Amino acid sequence: MADREERRFAEVPRESVKLMAESAGVELGDDVAALLAEDVCYRLREATQSSSQFMRHAKRRKLTVEDFNRALRWSNVEAICGYGAQDALPFRSVKEGELFFIEDRDINLVELALATNIPKGCAETMVRVNVSYLDGKGNLEPQGTVPSAVQSLSDDLLKYYQQITRAILGEDPHLMKVALLDLQSNSKIAALLPYFVYVISGVKSVSHDLEQLNRLLHMVKSLVQNPYLYLGSYVRSLVSSVMYCILEPLAASINPLNDHWTLRDYAALLLSHIFWTHGDLVSGLYHQILLSLQKVLSDPVRPLCSHYGAVVGLHALGWKAVERVLYPHLPAYWANLQAVLDDYSVSNAQVKADGHKVYGAILVAVERLLKMKALSLSPGLSPPPEPLSEWTPVPLPAMYCELYSFFGDSLAVRFSTGPGFGSYPPCTPPQPNDARKDPPGPAANPDTTRKMPQLTANLNISPRQDGSPRTEPPPPSLARSRSSSSRSGQRSAGPSRDVFPKARFTTPQTGPPAFSFLIGGRQMGRRCQGRRPFQTIFAPTPPLSAVLPRTYAHKLPVIGRVGKPVRRWACSHYSLHLPL
Amino acid sequence: MAAVQGGLIDTEEEKDIKTEPANDGCGNNNNNNTANDGRLLNASPGSISSGGSNKPATGALEDQQTLLAVLQFLKKNNLSESVEILRREAGLSEDTEDSKGLDSSGAGSGGAAGNVDSESGDANSLLSRVSVSSSAVSASAVQAPSKAGAGEDQPDVNVVLSAYSQQGDPALYDVYYSSLKKFIESVLDCHRAELSQVFYPLFVHMYLELVYNNHENEAKAFFEKFSGDQECYYEDDLRVLSGMTKKEHMRGNETLLDFRTSKFVLRISRDSYQLLKRHLQERQNNQIWNIIQEHLYIDIFDGMPRSKSQIDAMSGSLAGEAKREANKAKVFYGLLKEPEIEVPLDDEDEEAENEEGKPKKKKPKKDSMGSKSKKQDPNAPSQNRIPLPELKDSDKLDKIMYMKEATKRIRLGPDTLPSICFYSFLNAYQGLTAVDVTDDSSLIAGGFADSTVRVWSVTPKKLRKVKSAADLSLIDKESDDVLERIMDEKTASESKILYGHSGPVYGISFSPDRNYLLSSSEDGTVRLWSLQTFTCLVGYKGHNYPVWDTQFSPYGYYFVSGGHDRVARLWATDHYQPLRMFSGHLADITCTRFHPNSNYVATGSSDRTIRLWDVLNGNCVRIFTGHKGPIHALAFSPNGKFLASGATDGRVLLWDIGHGLMIGELKGHTDTIYSLKFSRDGEILASGSMDNTVRLWDAMKAFDDLETDDFTAATGHIHLPENSQELLLGTYMSKSTPVVHLHFTRRNLLLAAGAYNP
Repeated sequence: MADREERRFAEVPRESVKLMAESAGVELGDDVAALLAEDVCYRLREATQSSSQFMRHAKRRKLTVEDFNRALRWSNVEAICGYGAQDALPFRSVKEGELFFIEDRDINLVELALATNIPKGCAETMVRVNVSYLDGKGNLEPQGTVPSAVQSLSDDLLKYYQQITRAILGEDPHLMKVALLDLQSNSKIAALLPYFVYVISGVKSVSHDLEQLNRLLHMVKSLVQNPYLYLGSYVRSLVSSVMYCILEPLAASINPLNDHWTLRDYAALLLSHIFWTHGDLVSGLYHQILLSLQKVLSDPVRPLCSHYGAVVGLHALGWKAVERVLYPHLPAYWANLQAVLDDYSVSNAQVKADGHKVYGAILVAVERLLKMKALSLSPGLSPPPEPLSEWTPVPLPAMYCELYSFFGDSLAVRFSTGPGFGSYPPCTPPQPNDARKDPPGPAANPDTTRKMPQLTANLNISPRQDGSPRTEPPPPSLARSRSSSSRSGQRSAGPSRDVFPKARFTTPQTGPPAFSFLIGGRQMGRRCQGRRPFQTIFAPTPPLSAVLPRTYAHKLPVIGRVGKPVRRWACSHYSLHLPL
Repeated sequence: MAAVQGGLIDTEEEKDIKTEPANDGCGNNNNNNTANDGRLLNASPGSISSGGSNKPATGALEDQQTLLAVLQFLKKNNLSESVEILRREAGLSEDTEDSKGLDSSGAGSGGAAGNVDSESGDANSLLSRVSVSSSAVSASAVQAPSKAGAGEDQPDVNVVLSAYSQQGDPALYDVYYSSLKKFIESVLDCHRAELSQVFYPLFVHMYLELVYNNHENEAKAFFEKFSGDQECYYEDDLRVLSGMTKKEHMRGNETLLDFRTSKFVLRISRDSYQLLKRHLQERQNNQIWNIIQEHLYIDIFDGMPRSKSQIDAMSGSLAGEAKREANKAKVFYGLLKEPEIEVPLDDEDEEAENEEGKPKKKKPKKDSMGSKSKKQDPNAPSQNRIPLPELKDSDKLDKIMYMKEATKRIRLGPDTLPSICFYSFLNAYQGLTAVDVTDDSSLIAGGFADSTVRVWSVTPKKLRKVKSAADLSLIDKESDDVLERIMDEKTASESKILYGHSGPVYGISFSPDRNYLLSSSEDGTVRLWSLQTFTCLVGYKGHNYPVWDTQFSPYGYYFVSGGHDRVARLWATDHYQPLRMFSGHLADITCTRFHPNSNYVATGSSDRTIRLWDVLNGNCVRIFTGHKGPIHALAFSPNGKFLASGATDGRVLLWDIGHGLMIGELKGHTDTIYSLKFSRDGEILASGSMDNTVRLWDAMKAFDDLETDDFTAATGHIHLPENSQELLLGTYMSKSTPVVHLHFTRRNLLLAAGAYNP
């Protein structure tokens, strides 16, 4: 049965039948199980067949649980008790056990009973009439518009809408905060969603006003975070508004005093958040967005701020996006950027500053790419490398070499290099396939004889490990990460340490393994030149004691942070504000 | 069938057994059978065929055989008294009975050798089928009706299936089928299309035989090899078959029972048939020949073989085409004479105020109503063919209203299309299952999946209940406005909800006088609601299975219902048991409609046929085949001559009731058609579908084209013109709302209704 070539329908394997029997305490032989499995399949098909009749008579297209229950009941099968659901039940799998099951969450009745946000009752069924076609021709209304009764707002809602928009776009920051908070948690504003989305789509008309743009983005964030809202198709509109803030050369960015960089960072953050939390809705958009980012990046006419947006956008979409779009494009782009950065004329100062911004953004993106890639390759850590197999990625060492050729030590400085903690012998990489770097290619690096710093630590664990947000647990709270992030980058010890496999660092310490990194390669200091011209000979300074590296590391005026805690992964650390 | 009707009382069950051969057999010649039956069983309320006894018998031999079979059956059950009565009435002696074995077998062999059309065993084919010998190779053996064993008087599943128990070499099935295929592919083109019809029923029966005899692997191989050859419109049935690979599965599978209990009907020209017969006899291909003899009914006609398109137009139903005989009965499709009602004088004044040339207007109106003129329509049934309720005063008032409205009616045509109003059910949460609108378009009702029926007033006039009994006693009954006073103003509201069903409401229908509402539900009942008190008056029980549709007669009082039990029932509102039961469909009855003259009922079914039943005697007078999917919409033209049907295949078919012919095919919809309606004068046909469109068709043109045709009613072989595009007058999109119901107001404004699905 199972080995039939052409399958017309789903079949229940005998293993499942056996499993079921076992769970009921019955031991089944192979042949019995096979027979049972076949019969179960047939009965299922039969029931499905008759359930479709109930669907047809209910004049629906969607087969519901109820239809199936009815079919079972009328064919004298023991009734399945409980309530059917209108919506499809999520079907989940556990990879390790090859187990598939329907998610059936426990409902906390107490919580439900004491909940303050009482769901709004279903609206009354009603009949509305409209003249669709007069004399068989000509529509009075355009096609496809929603009947007005659906959208008619109650007075309360209208008032709410007015107050909220006024508060958010108004002057009072406190009021704004309250309004945003409510927008984030109000369970009864589904009817207003299209209106809010419309307001947000007004970003294009206020591109001169950073403040307003910021507020609108905050509004997006609140809507996205509201657990009671189903964004549905409106998410497209939201994404396009956010993309506008990321990519467009805003009118506000003409004035160099305007900090539109932060806006772009924030928008990118939002974008990643949307992909994160509403992956099911926007999954179709992913490639579209990648394409538009790529287009901007490869368009030399676009201003640098747009390029910056594209880079942070890619970064926000995950390291895979960086690997697929930014990385292959880097060699071509580098030439342009280099030209900008090497122009020391006064007239170019502004552009050069912008260039540095882009440079910093690329560096951060690339750094994460390397780390995540290394992480995904190391066998001890999840995820397994198979997600990469369908696409032919550049091997990590080659990638590192190439990137090193661009960034030089400023890249290396982001990884702990050289000898590891005391117990590690110098120059021995902790994992054979992890981070061992071959010497860079001669063409890229003029100084081939010099020993390249070794990449040893790549322990930054980001919640998004494989670049696909949909399968991941919920993201860190955006609000918290936002509020507590600071550009100076004073890194704080975070819970991420627990995630690290301690065995990798056989430190003599007894306490929790202090995570730190060693600097191989020259520090990137105030002078901010980490790119190639500044690549210098470097002698690694081994740490003197086990305690010392930590304090040492704290004092480093590094760009960005390496040992960021999990919750901070999405902070705007790419906004490298380098004073020139 | 027995499995389905398990809940029915015995008498009905037995009757079903008897009517079965009547449907199988040729025409009405075995009516004596059913007539006897009716007498024996003391004519229960459900006895359909008591009126059929006076029909002349056509073949004496067949009749005698039928009688003998009945006798035998009665003897088996020790009904000696009945045996006596029957013997006396039929004038049969014991000798005849004894010699019947010889007679019947002789007749059987004759039928096999010569003409399948006159196959003798039809009347008692069920009995004979029961006793198929395991090594039956010759047709004569098959026909011997003598071996009906005890305990087989009810066609339970085992018995029905046991006909498959004959053992052929499973390996040879493949060869048999292939050789036949090769033969048919090699015959002349003109015969090939006709003979190809044999493929599908043969394929199914051979497959089932293999499965029944536990040759699972051979069956699968057989299916794999030949299922691809079958016509695409059998896809659904093939899917069911493909899943069935075990003998155990065959039990209780309704599709399968259908296939066994009814003979698959093919229409083949004599020439083609001779070809086939000769081939099979030459090759000694007995396996196939047996199947053809046993399970197929080949309706042979003299004349030109039909073309592929002609065949395709008519095939597709579960049991092949309708026999020509099945559509030969006379149908009185004309309209009843309308009672004379004087339009009161004050009406004239009113019209005068409206400055409308009343005298002028009135005459064309009368003409336009044509069939409703004073003259009796020659095709109409006599006025009292079935008893109809008397007109009440309120009905007369309504008729006057109707006539007044009719004068303002817009004459529709290809150039003047109707305006369309859409009634959207909002917040129905995918739960709207049925809609109906009163004839005067004042009320709209919806049936919902949550078991409720909701009624809305679509005029400013609110819905009010009658006061309670205590309050009513206080009313001055002599006052002029007593009808107004009895209403409780406190209960006035735009809509009312009727609770009572315990399952989704699949069909609803307003009574013509707007006093009642019918609803049919999954819970197996039909309920009658009062629209005066908004309470349930009666629950009609009898179907025991989901009731898919119900409809009031255009004259009120009667109503018809049909459902999952494959039986349509005719009820009167004041009887708690059905007056007639129409059985014959092989699958669920999905929709039911009354003919405008109330003498006939049309039913559409999942077996992809439409049947027309005579209310008077319960006979099936028309079987229309040609749809390729379950039928979900039916509509009679206002003049009663034509029927339109819509199915899940997205096609609308037009039928001429008088001639029993398909006369048009309207293609355009892309999804199930759930509603059909003719405009008040029958010029326009509107169809509403799941594909969110309303389409308007030029019905006049479709019917006119036909009448100018020289259509040979004798053969019934129509050639349909491909003119859907010419007939399509317009396609109108709704706003993501499947069109569940259509209604033309008395002034020919088109109302469409459906639930908005965001």
